[in-house]
Amino acid sequence: MQIYLPIAEVSVNIFTLLGLGGIVGLLSGLFGVGGGFLITPLLFFIGIPPSVAVATGANQVVASSVSGVLAQLKRKAVDIPMGLVLLVGGLLGSASGIYVFNLLTELGQIDLAVQLCYVVFLGLIGLLMLQEGIRTIQKQRKGGGVRKKRVQHTWVHKLPFKFKFRASGLYISVIPPLLVGVAVGILAAIMGVGGGFIMVPAMIYLLNMPTKVVIGTSLFQILFVSAFTTLMHAITNQTVDVMLALLLIVGGVIGAQIGSRLGARLKAEQLRILLALLVIIVAGKLGLDLVLHPSNLYSIATGGE
Amino acid sequence: MIRTALLALGLCAVALPALAQDQQVLPARPGMPITNRPEPDEQIVAGLSRDNIGITTSFDGSQILIYGAIKRETPEPEGQKLAVIVTLEGPLGPVTIRKKSREFGIWVNTASVGVAAAPSYYAVATSGPLGDILNRRTDIQQRISIPLAMRAFSGPITVDDSIPFTEALVDIRKEQGLYKLETGGVHIVDNTLFRADFALPANLTEGDYKTRIFLLRDGKLVDKYQSAIEVRKVGLERWLYTLAHENAALYGLLSLALAVFAGWAAAAIFRFVR
Repeated sequence: MQIYLPIAEVSVNIFTLLGLGGIVGLLSGLFGVGGGFLITPLLFFIGIPPSVAVATGANQVVASSVSGVLAQLKRKAVDIPMGLVLLVGGLLGSASGIYVFNLLTELGQIDLAVQLCYVVFLGLIGLLMLQEGIRTIQKQRKGGGVRKKRVQHTWVHKLPFKFKFRASGLYISVIPPLLVGVAVGILAAIMGVGGGFIMVPAMIYLLNMPTKVVIGTSLFQILFVSAFTTLMHAITNQTVDVMLALLLIVGGVIGAQIGSRLGARLKAEQLRILLALLVIIVAGKLGLDLVLHPSNLYSIATGGE
Repeated sequence: MIRTALLALGLCAVALPALAQDQQVLPARPGMPITNRPEPDEQIVAGLSRDNIGITTSFDGSQILIYGAIKRETPEPEGQKLAVIVTLEGPLGPVTIRKKSREFGIWVNTASVGVAAAPSYYAVATSGPLGDILNRRTDIQQRISIPLAMRAFSGPITVDDSIPFTEALVDIRKEQGLYKLETGGVHIVDNTLFRADFALPANLTEGDYKTRIFLLRDGKLVDKYQSAIEVRKVGLERWLYTLAHENAALYGLLSLALAVFAGWAAAAIFRFVR
């Protein structure tokens, strides 16, 4: 059954979209990631114009993070002050990200920029996760193992504007979280993702936040940043396709519930290695596209220079 | 040759008020009193199976039948081969064609050519091979064959040779089913009746589609008929599209509200199920 998308101006099979949303939802339920990094390239693949895919991807991330934040709030696993600091940074980053996005679109380099971002960040994070997952499994095989010292005093702790973040049990400067927020905001706007897969490692390794509040806080921040990104794309480019978003969301919501049930049966380390492999495959595929001789050297874009 | 040009200028039929640009060039239509200009011996009388297409949510392409007859006051001329060409052209819009080249080991867009107006859709159906039934001069005057459907370049041309770029545009749009040449797509019965079927693709953009019928004898234009088909988004599609463009902030907020509601509802429903 075909459906004509009013903004993307293409006709797509409804079940393809529900299935796409479902697969991404399944993965997000399984691994606890937003899934934006998968949905945007998959939308490119089925022929949605890149600018619409990015803007609509952000809208879909809003829905999945609302779901997630509500669950995390119940468990009191959200550090709201920290989330707010990240959010201020995120909004600044997102605004500049949209500016960069429009500039690159005019220059005809947006596809390249998006692809490069994906290859570099997905590749890096995939490899890191894979390495850590394998190490954890090896440690478990040996039995016991030494616990890593969590609080390390580095240059980060010498910065001014210190603030007490109770839920995280941290007393640190607001500058590092602000910068992390800005960086994630820029990437979110350019890549059309929530940025959870970048923010979570940054919160754990750069800010030393305890793991139990990381996911909730990151979702809290992602919710507002992607809402802002969606709104900015809708106002400046008119590229949010609400019909497309709705179908992805419906599929995603169902997939996420199935995914979280499946996930309960697997071990955390196994999940992490699987996710790492998936991330590396996506990054590898996009990387190959950049390096291999394209089948057609020419591409067309509607609209003038 | 001069006679052909005169015929082309003065005697072409404009059926419906179509594009203003063409009307200025072709003010005449048969039946209207135009002094000092003879009517062609043969005239096209044509109809469309429909003159508007609504893009609904379930739009999945559309069929258009263009049919007609050749009206003659005098007996059919002997020995001159009759041919009919039907074109269907979507709204014109600017297009940028970019070319990749290898820089630092990766493929990057490095050169581009802007075309000020290229049709979003262009189909040509003919009663025989285009090269046999249409002479070059008529083709250029009437812009019939696909490469001629594109109009002026936009902005300064920064590449040495723009031809590969426009060829690439035609190739890509042909692959997408947006540009096509259907040789033999016009069926002529008894040298009088003709019909052409067009299958419009699902990825159609809205606007006024122009259909033209050319009656040719030995490659020269005898008569021309022009009409328009209105392609519009309707219903929900129309409403969403208009809202997104005219009230972008409200549309953005609506999309957000929908997403937030869906997220909340999903959490609530599955909590209830558990």
